[in-house]
Amino acid sequence: MSETKKKKSVKWGEEPKLSVLDALYLPAIVSGLTTAMRHAVSGKPMTRQYPEVEPEIPPNYRGVHRLNRDEEGRVKCVACYMCQTACPANCIEIIAAPAPKDDPHWKDRDKYPATFTIDELRCIYCGMCEEACPVDAIELTSVYDLTGMTREEMIFDKEKLLSVFDQTVDSGNDPVRTNRGILGPASEASQKAKDAPPPPGRGRRG
Amino acid sequence: MIQLLTDAWPTLWPILAAIAIILAVVPFLGLYMTFIERKIAAYVQDRVGPNRVGPFGLFQAVADGIKIFLKEQIIPDHVYTVLYFIAPTFSLMTAMFALVVMPFGPVATDYKEGFRFIVAPGIDIGILMMVAISSLSAYGIIVGGWASNNKYSVYGAIRSCAQFISYEIPLGLSLLGVIAITGSLNIEKIVAVQSASLLDWNVFWQPLALLVFFTSALAETNRLPFDLPECEQELVGGFHTEYSGIKFVLFFLAEYTHIVTVSFLTVLLFFGGWHFPGLPGPSGASLVVLLLGLLVLLIKVSLVVGLIMLLRWALPRFRFDQLMGLAWKGLIPLALANLVGVAVVLTLGLPKHLLLITAALPVAAAYYSAAKFNQTVSTESSLRAGLARKQAVSYE
Repeated sequence: MSETKKKKSVKWGEEPKLSVLDALYLPAIVSGLTTAMRHAVSGKPMTRQYPEVEPEIPPNYRGVHRLNRDEEGRVKCVACYMCQTACPANCIEIIAAPAPKDDPHWKDRDKYPATFTIDELRCIYCGMCEEACPVDAIELTSVYDLTGMTREEMIFDKEKLLSVFDQTVDSGNDPVRTNRGILGPASEASQKAKDAPPPPGRGRRG
Repeated sequence: MIQLLTDAWPTLWPILAAIAIILAVVPFLGLYMTFIERKIAAYVQDRVGPNRVGPFGLFQAVADGIKIFLKEQIIPDHVYTVLYFIAPTFSLMTAMFALVVMPFGPVATDYKEGFRFIVAPGIDIGILMMVAISSLSAYGIIVGGWASNNKYSVYGAIRSCAQFISYEIPLGLSLLGVIAITGSLNIEKIVAVQSASLLDWNVFWQPLALLVFFTSALAETNRLPFDLPECEQELVGGFHTEYSGIKFVLFFLAEYTHIVTVSFLTVLLFFGGWHFPGLPGPSGASLVVLLLGLLVLLIKVSLVVGLIMLLRWALPRFRFDQLMGLAWKGLIPLALANLVGVAVVLTLGLPKHLLLITAALPVAAAYYSAAKFNQTVSTESSLRAGLARKQAVSYE
């Protein structure tokens, strides 16, 4: 490439000229101070006083898991291992057991999870478990303030996950991503799914 | 010995009382200035600031203090232990020592017996001593940086050294004009000269000196926009990288003491100290008048402190070459010109308010530097347009 051609391909920007006021610094300092003062006296802080004022969680927020109950209060999970297989963080551990056939309470079920543990510290809250679940038994709630003093207490077992369901089922903040099963009264998605024609493909809403 | 003490007691107790006040108030003030600074920072940034401990977060400073005292004393393995311990104490010591000649309330120049708002009244080298002592505080930073045995600390210390040496000069030069007209280095006398009316305040005939003084004083306190010795983005923590707990706090107490000193000096030397139009001077005044004077002084000082804290959030940090350029190419010539102006006025016996025209000098300097910069720029662009050779761009 020749020297002239190279020259044409480069477009030089003009340096801005410096005015006397720029070189004096003082107008810039005054304008900086004015801006600072304006914000200081405006009295409109952007702070949210967190523990007293809780944030509005968007409906598709993916927080702590819950294990849903069916109408009879049993765990909805059928121990199919789909979530455990789908989980990219390997944080779900299920041990399945055959449902007690002689018990009339369980006679319509084949399997149920004897144990169902989720390591909440390991979980990356990607939501693939609830996407994989064929019966909408596992869902991510909008509970965002999960804390604990030990690692052990952050490993949630079946009872704990069911208790999360009990706490959140009436909150009116039900997850909107799942719609195959029966959802809580606040779920827009379940209503929409009822009204709308069935979506093409797998029939799942993303 | 006891006889000596009882004899000296009438002269001794006011001094001891003043020392006690300074020793009691300054650390407390330092703690609360961090709180006020955090609040101002928060308001400027549309936040709330500390508001959890006590009403409006007022006890945050106390909580911070308790936390700091209870912190573990970490001494890194690689430091020079003795110097490492000396540096913060030296830093605070010099900062407090400079307060010896500083009146923190109305002080009459006839120096009666009894309590006075100053530790050492009637020191005829007052300002000189103050400048000398406060420039010693550079040692605290340099020794601290060196003792830390850490390259970032040493960088911070070296920067601070260069900055102190550079800004000492305009600081001293800017004070010379005031001193020359007052004819005294005694701070109380300098304040007394400004007593007659509002127009006698030094700021109304030394605006340029005020500008130079305030800028260099900001640089001396290592405050933004001149906080190169501790700029976090480049130097981790600067000279105090290796310091934690109470030793770190001593450094910061020294910095805040410097801010207080600088604010007091600005008010005393340029804004009439405890004088206010309509308020009688402190000589032979009643207690009420003295307290009013104290109030006036403290209000003026807190305004200056507020300005310093606000400036921190209004201005970006200087680059180091800009910092040096400002001192050597900007402030020192301006201060010298101001001094020449004072000399002319004094020699020819002209009214001192004629010196107000020195306020035009910075404009002239700005005009010059802008013209010079634009010339460089136009040379650059013509080079690019026509001859186009590889040319390093210089924004000097």
